Amino acid sequence: MSETLSGLLTLTVLLGLLAATHAPLGGWMARVFTDDKDWRVERAVYRAVGVNPRSEQTWRSYAVSVTAFSLVSIVVLWAMIVLQKHLPFAQGTSGMGRSTAINTAVSFVTNTNWQSYAGEVGTGPLVQTLGLTIQNFASAAVGIAVAIVIIRGLARQQTHELGNFWVDLVRCITRILLPLAAIAAVVLMAAGVIQNLAEPMTIHSLAGADQQLRGGLVASQEAIKELGTNGGGYFNANSAHPFENPNAFTNLLEIFLLLVIPFALPRTYGIMVGDRRQGWTLLGLAGALWGLSVALTTWAEVAASSGVAGSMEGKEQRFGTWASTLFAASTTGTSTGAVNSLHESYSPLGGGVILTNMALGEIGPGGTGSGLYGIVIVAIITVFIAGLMVGRTPELLGKHIGRREITYAALYTVVTPTLVLAGAGASLAMSGPKSTMLSHGPHGLTEVLYAYASAANNNGSAFAGLGADNPWYNLTLTVAMFVGRFAPMILVVALAGSLVAQKKRPATAGTMPTHTPLFLGLLIGVALIITGLTYFPALSLGPIAEALS
Amino acid sequence: MTFNSLLKALPESLAKLDPRHVFRSPVIFVVWVGSILTTALAVVNPSVFTISVTIWLWLTVLFANVAEAVAEGRGKAQAASLRATRTETVARRLTRTGAEEQVPGTDLRVGDRVVVEAGELIPGDGDVIEGVASVDESAITGESAPVIRESGGDRSAVTGGTTVLSDRIVVQVTTKPGESFIDRMIALVEGAERQKTPNEIALTILLTTLTIVFLVTVLALQPFAAYSGKEQPVVVLVALLVCLIPTTIGALLSAIGIAGMDRLVQRNVLAMSGRAVEAAGDVSTLLLDKTGTITLGNRRATEFCALPGTRTLELARASYAASLADRTPEGRSIVELATTNHGVEDLTSETTMESAGAEFVKFTAQTRMSGVDYPSGAQIRKGAASAVTAWVRESGGTVPAGTMAIADGIAGEGATPLVVAERVGSSPAQVLGVIRLKDVVKPGMVERFDTLRAMGIRTVMITGDNRLTAQSIAREAGVDDFLAEATPEDKMRLIGEEQSGGRLVAMTGDGTNDAPALAKADVGVAMNTGTSAAKEAGNMVDLDSDPTKLIEIVAIGKQLLITRGALTTFSIANDVAKYFAIIPAMFVGVFPGLKALNIMGLHSPESAMLSAVIFNALIIIALIPLALRGVRYTPSGAAAMLRRNLLVYGVGGIVAPFIGIKLIDLVVSLLPGMS
Repeated sequence: MSETLSGLLTLTVLLGLLAATHAPLGGWMARVFTDDKDWRVERAVYRAVGVNPRSEQTWRSYAVSVTAFSLVSIVVLWAMIVLQKHLPFAQGTSGMGRSTAINTAVSFVTNTNWQSYAGEVGTGPLVQTLGLTIQNFASAAVGIAVAIVIIRGLARQQTHELGNFWVDLVRCITRILLPLAAIAAVVLMAAGVIQNLAEPMTIHSLAGADQQLRGGLVASQEAIKELGTNGGGYFNANSAHPFENPNAFTNLLEIFLLLVIPFALPRTYGIMVGDRRQGWTLLGLAGALWGLSVALTTWAEVAASSGVAGSMEGKEQRFGTWASTLFAASTTGTSTGAVNSLHESYSPLGGGVILTNMALGEIGPGGTGSGLYGIVIVAIITVFIAGLMVGRTPELLGKHIGRREITYAALYTVVTPTLVLAGAGASLAMSGPKSTMLSHGPHGLTEVLYAYASAANNNGSAFAGLGADNPWYNLTLTVAMFVGRFAPMILVVALAGSLVAQKKRPATAGTMPTHTPLFLGLLIGVALIITGLTYFPALSLGPIAEALS
Repeated sequence: MTFNSLLKALPESLAKLDPRHVFRSPVIFVVWVGSILTTALAVVNPSVFTISVTIWLWLTVLFANVAEAVAEGRGKAQAASLRATRTETVARRLTRTGAEEQVPGTDLRVGDRVVVEAGELIPGDGDVIEGVASVDESAITGESAPVIRESGGDRSAVTGGTTVLSDRIVVQVTTKPGESFIDRMIALVEGAERQKTPNEIALTILLTTLTIVFLVTVLALQPFAAYSGKEQPVVVLVALLVCLIPTTIGALLSAIGIAGMDRLVQRNVLAMSGRAVEAAGDVSTLLLDKTGTITLGNRRATEFCALPGTRTLELARASYAASLADRTPEGRSIVELATTNHGVEDLTSETTMESAGAEFVKFTAQTRMSGVDYPSGAQIRKGAASAVTAWVRESGGTVPAGTMAIADGIAGEGATPLVVAERVGSSPAQVLGVIRLKDVVKPGMVERFDTLRAMGIRTVMITGDNRLTAQSIAREAGVDDFLAEATPEDKMRLIGEEQSGGRLVAMTGDGTNDAPALAKADVGVAMNTGTSAAKEAGNMVDLDSDPTKLIEIVAIGKQLLITRGALTTFSIANDVAKYFAIIPAMFVGVFPGLKALNIMGLHSPESAMLSAVIFNALIIIALIPLALRGVRYTPSGAAAMLRRNLLVYGVGGIVAPFIGIKLIDLVVSLLPGMS
């Protein structure tokens, strides 16, 4: 079977799986967040933490809960990492330096999973499982909870109640993430991903050197790593490592897992706001951006493969070009950041596209929850500009986009570009950080830009080539991850607060329709022009300059 | 906009370079700061390029001021002519004892009573409390025909600065000097009290954040550039920043708002705030009074329905005779109908009208009939069916069965039947037939309501008529709903219901009892002929007192918002081309490959950057007429409107600068130092 044919076949199967799961999963999530009954295990949790599951929160209270939960998570995770050599199952890992530890803690709590350390060396099974994996669940659930809040802001009216964070968090884990991750882990195990607590094994390689092989609870972590769009690999090589991603089937499954929730959430949105067509438009934006980046990356890499050097450097033979680019476009489009190939080795265009995926703010389709609320922000900006053109005060789903609403939405769009450009600019202006760059010229610029784009947009993938495990990068990237995660989240919750208080205005022939192909085209245009143009100067000195030279 | 008006706006525009003024528009303020910076650089290190960029940056700021000044200029001219009418007046104030004293108009206080006689100016706003007079209000309305103002009722309000033409009235002053209607009008058209409207504020916030994002982009570009081995001169970075930030809309935003108010003023509507104009665009329910708005004021006779045995001519003749002295619009319409159908000769030939002594019987509320008594003893009566049939029975006559059938039939259609009967000598009176009186819908209303429906606006007809009549007119006119036998409370309730459903309501009104509803409505247009209470309660005043204008007001509100949206879209879409002009120009030195991005084939890096800056400035001037006039607005559904505007201003906004910058570059490349 030719590579093109197998590539197209993989793509077809993937699309089939996504299409088949879209409606049931989207519907199920809508039910989870509107159900008025609690499961027994959930009630136990609420009793344990002392939460009344029937009490609803205002936006302020919700935002405080999100931040407090995340801050506590960071402290606990940081302590576990720093203290791990004193804990059982350390398997000889010595822990990390303090700046690396804080970077790692923030990274996992913000759903970024940027790994300054080498996965299997920096953390033993205990921290991997009880620390990182728990955060893989929790951080994904926090993202989904915030997405549900903005949906409630649009769906409900004339109230201050936006739901209960603890209920949303717990239900998201018990009813969505745990069951799906359990199934996925079993399938991954069956397909050859390892799952053990074996001590490290030393083998003598053919080349004569000694190599230490580590085991671990990999399949279970792998499942949530993809499903929660986390991306933090058990092993340093991430999904390129044969223990994490042994074959074409697991590769396909992992791509499916990282796309399944982000692509189903628009359905949840449509159901909860009472108009499924609205969900299709958001799905359309996510799908168009993802499709465009898959097509461009694949085209770029396939074109590069006919060159003198070929394009297999940094890609696994067992996946080939198509399955690698599909993974790369999906992992950068979903804020996952898991990798099955080395992004640094991509052709300038291919690398530029996956960088742009993150720069657009992770909306094609974006991370679990964060993608959806990012898309809603784009919709609000679009409605504001275009809505005026039909001669009315702009409105989305009957809610006015006035002074407060546009302030939150506009500030949202300022946050990540500022973090990325300021971070990358500062790094290049100083001699210290510049010295750890592997490449020079435009490719080096791309490395640094990529690192900050990845951190601020909570992607977590590394372009590689940049020696980022030093205090400057550890700390600035930590700031980028933290601010890039929580500033937008708080803005979104505040936005939901001002939307939910409003009365819904009935749609008339004078209302701008937000479910038409024209509006979809407009969404894509605004996403590309408003966000994309911000990065154009930087991109033109990085990937574009490289591609054109 | 003529060249002349631009020239006239120039001194004002220069005065507006004051940073305190420029700061009001954050986008233009950034350009202003950039201009100062490049001026300093041009002084320290002069070059053709730096000086040219500096000049054009200052022009960008200046053009923004010109836009605002031109827009304000139109209002100022209007204010000047208004101010001319506000001459010093001497008021004849009545003391408590009833004596008159002469005081300056500016000394009048609320509650003072003044006497105004023919030929005198009314010294202040107030209500007529005694007498009736014809008043020339052309100073405010521009309408030369005098209007009647009388005490009591809904025509009692008079405006300071207008002239009494006949008779004598006593006016009770209702506003303090300096706060009169004319004073407020002057302030409004001058834009002195102009405050940013909610939507304008929201748009400014978006534009400001875009400016911040681009500021970050440009600031971060310098280390990237330095790393790439091509540190950029500050003047280039300033040029890039100015080209990227949304200067076009930033420059025109306040002009668009002022022009929107001005368009209303040109249609003789005064909006008390910009917020009201914006709300007009959002209106989704229009409450329209039936009489005067939907129908031609009064009921008109449309048909003579003769009873069997009576010729139509005979009925027409009797109706004509009975209505000749009837000065009501209904009476005149009967005369008119009879004359058109039969001709005056036919009508008068067999009657004895000319014979002296015919006595006309006036309509009274008691008899509910009018008619004529001839000296011969013959009598004709027309009136409500019950009254006329009673009169017939009284005289010993019988009412044919067909009479009530016809009358009920007419009433059933929502029209009004008038029964006509005749009594000759001492024989019993007999019914001749029935006149059909009907409300006539103004021509063109059906189409207008169709358009409104397509725009998503619901129309509700308000009338004091009974349900049946109201329903029939509503159906004929094509309104969506109606409120029959409406009381002021009903109106309030209706507005409340619409608003609680999330709809914005617009209405017109003139009476004091309309005031609460006018205040409650999102857009309340008071008629200038109305009471001062009504004018106080509404947020707009129509000087022509034409209730149909509500529909135009909605269109102007929409046009204002559309113009803002269209120019914002245009402004942002422009950035694409500017990037393609400037970015390759900045870095083609270190990365020759970037030449491929120079798709416009611009002459040199310097000419490319300068051309983008010039385009950026000139587009402001080019769009001033559009900002003042408003973009073309054809009432249609939102989807169609979006498609059209997106094509023109979105796609056009991407394409236009590619062409514009290229053309400018052809000229700029001829400058020295542009190699």
